[in-house]
Amino acid sequence: MQNDVVLTMRGISKQFPGTKALDHVDFTLRRGEIHALMGENGAGKSTLIKVLTGVYEKDGGSIHIEGIEGEAAIHSPQDAQNAGISTVYQEITLCPNLTVAENMFIGRTDGAIVHWKDYEKKATAILENLGIPARARQELSSCSLAVQQMVAIGRAVDMNCKVLILDEPTSSLDEKEVAMLFKLMRELRSRGVGIIFVTHFLEQVYEVSDRITVLRNGELVGEFEVSELPQLELVARMMGKSLDDLSELEKIDKHVPTDTETVYEASGLSSVARKPFDFQIRRGEINGFTGLLGSGRSESVRAIFGADSVTGGRVRIKGKEVRITNPHEAMKNGVGYLPEDRKRDGIIADLSVRDNIILALQVMKGYFKPMKKSEMEKFADEYIRELNIKTASQNTPVGSLSGGNQQKVILARWLLTHPDYLILDEPTRGIDVGTKLEIQRLMLKLAEENMSVTFISSEIEEMLRTCFRLIVMRDGNTVGELTGDQLTQSQVMETIAGGEAQHG
Amino acid sequence: MVKKTEGFWKRLGIGQLAIPLTAMALLFLFNLIRDPGFFEVVVNTNNSGNPVLGGNLISVINSASELAIISMGMTLVTAACGGQDISVGAVGAISASVFIKLLIGMGNINAGTLIAAALACVATAVAFMLFNGTLVSVFKIQPMIATLILYSCGRSIAYWITGSATPQVDSPIITAIGMTIPGIPVPTPVFMVILVGLILAVIFKRTNTTLYTQSVGINERAARLNGISPVAVKMLTFGLLGMCVAVASIIATCRMSQVSHKTILVDIEMDAILAVAIGGNSLGGGKFRMSGSILGAYIITMLTVTLLAMGINSVNIKAYKAVVIIIIVAAGSPAIKRWIAAWKRRKSAGEKDAAVKGGAAS
Repeated sequence: MQNDVVLTMRGISKQFPGTKALDHVDFTLRRGEIHALMGENGAGKSTLIKVLTGVYEKDGGSIHIEGIEGEAAIHSPQDAQNAGISTVYQEITLCPNLTVAENMFIGRTDGAIVHWKDYEKKATAILENLGIPARARQELSSCSLAVQQMVAIGRAVDMNCKVLILDEPTSSLDEKEVAMLFKLMRELRSRGVGIIFVTHFLEQVYEVSDRITVLRNGELVGEFEVSELPQLELVARMMGKSLDDLSELEKIDKHVPTDTETVYEASGLSSVARKPFDFQIRRGEINGFTGLLGSGRSESVRAIFGADSVTGGRVRIKGKEVRITNPHEAMKNGVGYLPEDRKRDGIIADLSVRDNIILALQVMKGYFKPMKKSEMEKFADEYIRELNIKTASQNTPVGSLSGGNQQKVILARWLLTHPDYLILDEPTRGIDVGTKLEIQRLMLKLAEENMSVTFISSEIEEMLRTCFRLIVMRDGNTVGELTGDQLTQSQVMETIAGGEAQHG
Repeated sequence: MVKKTEGFWKRLGIGQLAIPLTAMALLFLFNLIRDPGFFEVVVNTNNSGNPVLGGNLISVINSASELAIISMGMTLVTAACGGQDISVGAVGAISASVFIKLLIGMGNINAGTLIAAALACVATAVAFMLFNGTLVSVFKIQPMIATLILYSCGRSIAYWITGSATPQVDSPIITAIGMTIPGIPVPTPVFMVILVGLILAVIFKRTNTTLYTQSVGINERAARLNGISPVAVKMLTFGLLGMCVAVASIIATCRMSQVSHKTILVDIEMDAILAVAIGGNSLGGGKFRMSGSILGAYIITMLTVTLLAMGINSVNIKAYKAVVIIIIVAAGSPAIKRWIAAWKRRKSAGEKDAAVKGGAAS
């Protein structure tokens, strides 16, 4: 049994300023197994992978690799590769304008003179051997994403790898391509390669893996045989709840209002990133999209706001049919959107807190109607006070504020426009607990003041505490809708894991 | 709440202008030591018997005009697109050709024909710049590459328009624009700079151009999610640059009373980019200060005139200029800024240590 082990990681710790990313994590990989590494965002999966591949130096613990005496010293990606660890990342890291063979052998030819003919022969052999549907002389960019992925795997395997890490390999593949990839993974498994499979797709884990290691908050939850860990229990383990311990949370009166008008209604709405879906929200309602990361919850609200190219569907605002194909049209119709990625989509880092607060309102007023400076200062002051934004002055560049305060600035930006319908995508991510509670309280207050709010959070407790209605998503589809008494952790997890929600 | 530790320059509201202002001051100081006569302003009489101002300083202010105007437009394009337009000289040659051909074609040069030709000139420059803008904003081609097209073929287009000749005009109105208006001793191009500056100032005051260009330049994705159209904003900046190029080409034409497609506004694109950089503006886009670029234009011209006054020939001037410019640009570079910040921290930490020790001793 022990002879089967190709990789042992023991007591791995990694500290980043302010957070413990990994805390004494163990991980064991056996020959010829597909081992899924699971955990929510920030659980430490990618840190563990990066320690193993030499991108990060570990702070503590040991790594042993079959065939290497004593501790394996991995200080750089090159060390990892020499030790027989290969990684294929989510984004293809090959050169699309080179041929398949060139991509497979680039950087590993010996001497100055390269006989590409020989390498093409070798490449053809590998491709045939592994059943990868590509030709050696074909330009890589002419292959589908899945085939490119497989070429990357072929390159890794040929480098004599014992450990193959696949980091989210399926996230940009369609079902047929996923099946192709799985076939290749099984083929490699039968040849004795140990595969670490990182993914957010639960069903894929159950389809292809032998074992699952679950991480949470940088700590090891456990290692399980797939057959011994039902999907529902896996979700519970990832969220850090044992199934018995799912007590109901305190309840405020959170009945979906039935007597108020429908503020926003979409039917068959679809975007380049979201399959068609129906959705509506009433005045004074807080609802939310839930599901694991990658389930399509952000894509849903981005479609509503016109942030991604809208491809179809009909939208009614307060009963009147409107066209919302870009953010400006959404804003004019009283919709506000706080994006998921604060740094990339939210703040204008070099501009002042004041400019960031007034931005959306200013855009709505129009290009030819700049606000007076005194007016801007008044608005900025008002919201800095109201939301308790900690900043040296309103002239401070927003990029120098802490994450929580940056988030409040963006929140202020949208509150200032007095939207009828406000979408908050992960407003509480990466900010301290105090601010999280402030934001949740604010949402309830806004709903009381007749604003409609859609809220998305990776922390299910937050959503249960605030939402009147939850739309549950899995793999890009709506799989259930929960209201009233159904708003419990167990019900949400069951729905995510595949149980049917009872409507009613 | 406001921190009291903001720097001396910041409190004066100077900020990024510190380096260009210092550079300008040093140039003045250098000339003062070298030859105080450099600053002499004389009143000459021109051919038609009117008084005109002369001397090195006047020469700087006058000959920097085209550069200053184009630098203003370049600042906006840089801010919104994070890249530069290298075709301004070539497009200037085209619009100048249109201007002079129309003037000659209409025969009689008076206020009416002049305005008609000027409007056509502006329309031409704006149209060509919108072509660049389309490549940059819609097709998302890097500005340097997109504008390389007109950079390489613009002067050929000018050559077709002028019909291979060097068209000349001779009119007191043209001289009045290119040199001086009778009775006013200050060169007219100086007033043109002020006029363009005022027009831009009004645009900034009455519209959200500054907020929009900066937002798009800093974070295009976020700007779009706040309802700003990055395409429209980038087109706008190219349009304004077109206007600036047209005015500069009119000045350059009137100065010489002729258009030579080969030499008019030649190499001005590089100086304009340099002016933007010397003014402390990031060539990567985002926040900008127009005054910095204008100051940059005058520094470059001041440098040229200084070197000329020192008797360095015009071929060697470029090498000398390069040395000085390396120093100015390096002084404003992030690496040097970090060193200075680190040095300041060490110094203030040292002072604190000394204070603590002093306190303990007493």
